[in-house]
Amino acid sequence: MIEALLPSPMLLLTFSGVANWSVGFFTTVAILGIAVLGLNIQWGYTGVLNFGVAAFLMVGAYATALLTLPPASDFQAYQLGLELPVWVGWIGGAVAGGLLAFIIGLPTLRLRRDFLAIATIGVAAILRTIANTAEGFVNRARGLNGIPRFLGDSFDSSDYKWVLLVTTVVALLLCYLLVQAVTASPWGRVLRAVRDNEDTAQAAGKATVPFRMQSFVLGGALMGFAGALWAHRVGTIAPDAFSDLFGTFFIWTMLIVGGSGNHMGAVAGSVVVGLFWFGTPLIQEDLPQALGSQVLVLRQFAIGLLVVLAVLLMPKGLFPEQARVSRFAPAPPPTGWRARLRIRRSEA
Amino acid sequence: MLDLAQLVIVGLVVGAIIGLGAMGLTLSYGIMKFANFAHGDMMSLGMFLAYAAVTTFGTGALGPFSVGWAMIPALLLAMLGVGALAAGVDQVVYRPLRRRGSSTISMAIASLGIAIMVRALIQMEWGPSPVRYASGINRAWTLPGDLKIRPDQVLIIAAMLIVAVAVYLLLFKTRLGKAMRATSDNAALAEISGIDTERIRASTWVIAGGLIAVAGVMFGIQSQLKFDAGFEFLLPMFAAVILGGIGNPWGALVGGLIVGISQETSTYWIPTGYKTAVPFVLLTIMLVVRPRGLFGSTV
Repeated sequence: MIEALLPSPMLLLTFSGVANWSVGFFTTVAILGIAVLGLNIQWGYTGVLNFGVAAFLMVGAYATALLTLPPASDFQAYQLGLELPVWVGWIGGAVAGGLLAFIIGLPTLRLRRDFLAIATIGVAAILRTIANTAEGFVNRARGLNGIPRFLGDSFDSSDYKWVLLVTTVVALLLCYLLVQAVTASPWGRVLRAVRDNEDTAQAAGKATVPFRMQSFVLGGALMGFAGALWAHRVGTIAPDAFSDLFGTFFIWTMLIVGGSGNHMGAVAGSVVVGLFWFGTPLIQEDLPQALGSQVLVLRQFAIGLLVVLAVLLMPKGLFPEQARVSRFAPAPPPTGWRARLRIRRSEA
Repeated sequence: MLDLAQLVIVGLVVGAIIGLGAMGLTLSYGIMKFANFAHGDMMSLGMFLAYAAVTTFGTGALGPFSVGWAMIPALLLAMLGVGALAAGVDQVVYRPLRRRGSSTISMAIASLGIAIMVRALIQMEWGPSPVRYASGINRAWTLPGDLKIRPDQVLIIAAMLIVAVAVYLLLFKTRLGKAMRATSDNAALAEISGIDTERIRASTWVIAGGLIAVAGVMFGIQSQLKFDAGFEFLLPMFAAVILGGIGNPWGALVGGLIVGISQETSTYWIPTGYKTAVPFVLLTIMLVVRPRGLFGSTV
């Protein structure tokens, strides 16, 4: 009971405590940020409604685990186990995510948009079921352990967290540049046309279903890559870790709060929502007893509320999409709360 | 063969629960035009509201059933509670979105947020561990041919039949039902014909909430209540809705029975763990072969 009276966890009062927490936090956010960028391609740019992000993270994580783990032993029963280098696993994860998108997209992408949402939420549930049930496939509910670390042999364990941070942040940066480049291209313009008015895009001679498929596959590949990074970071994966709440809804909250259709917003949303989600357990001890014991459920409630409020009050997010057709065209007047604040200030 | 017949009975019961919930889901889908992803968690809320009422009123068992008279007020309370919440959420969230002309997709996203909130509320109030309406075993009746059926299961099938008749009477014998069908067909046309479509939407939410609460309570009568039990019904319910055609309550009911029976009988051939995949397979086949449903999308 005395612990509850302490002002805050002692760990956080020291410099190294803060540093430790931040390193872990930014590593997590960088990985999730890649998945949010993937969702931004699918939903933010193309309007493809994917409610099964967890499934893509999961296939990416499992693909890389099966590629990089040593062959199965008496203690763990799984397929493959090729002991390939970690970077091959990353590619495998991205390919698996893209492939999953292609398979789901074939029957559903030409139908109403909400059918894809229903189908993807179903796929996430089915993949968890298969991973939990199939004998000798991915070691069922016990999960896969001992997934090798990237460059794990070259650094000793006290420095490794910095290696991991640099690796994931660089990965995020590269993904950011990739999506920035492809969405600034004519291809990206077609995606937005498909999203805003499919009939017009078709009338302009664009076959919209292939464009939706390409965007869905690219987004799926980014999510698969994020799942692969995640697997090598935590070292142990189990089917139930890829829940709808954490795997799907959390990513959606990040994108909607940040601003769908804006890559900067996607990354900023990851940081803001991540800070809220991973920060709340830190203040748990400071809260009154009744509230403190419920904090994990409360933050779940709060994140649901955050999405509803964002859809209602801030549908464009913190960083609204830039409604600019080409960098050669004159920029339209700025929109969003920051611009509104600026205008109000200049009026005053 | 005997095992298979027994599985059909179990499937009928599961299908009745899915069908009850799917009727509510399809009504709101047809009239509100968006997929309500909070429907599964509303089902959990219904079962827990009834649980709160049953534990207050007393839990004595009635005849061969595992639950007693207290279940009737508990059921009504759960229906009212969930219906009121669904209508309230519409007023606060979906109605402003409608008036702003937001896409139905943003309503679907908001409904996912509502789902997470409702699930968190249930966990806060009733905790993460499973509970039951009544303890003790429900001794099965033996039917001709050595088939077994528990009295509780008979109760569930009876409830499905009663509710189906009630929904039929409501939709086809009342002015409200006529207005609901008109709004579902073409909301703008209904509006210029003098139908207050906002009132119709509110009534639809109450009815959809009531139906999902019945489904939740019926599920609770025959198994354990857990905070995410309703969410696990979401996919089977969507499968039933799409099988029957969006907006078609009879289609949803038949679809629910098809989903339930195929899900349970599948365990005759494949490992039990895979049976949750069956609704999804049906859904996918349907989307590929006939996306407008078996019976088309009109009420």
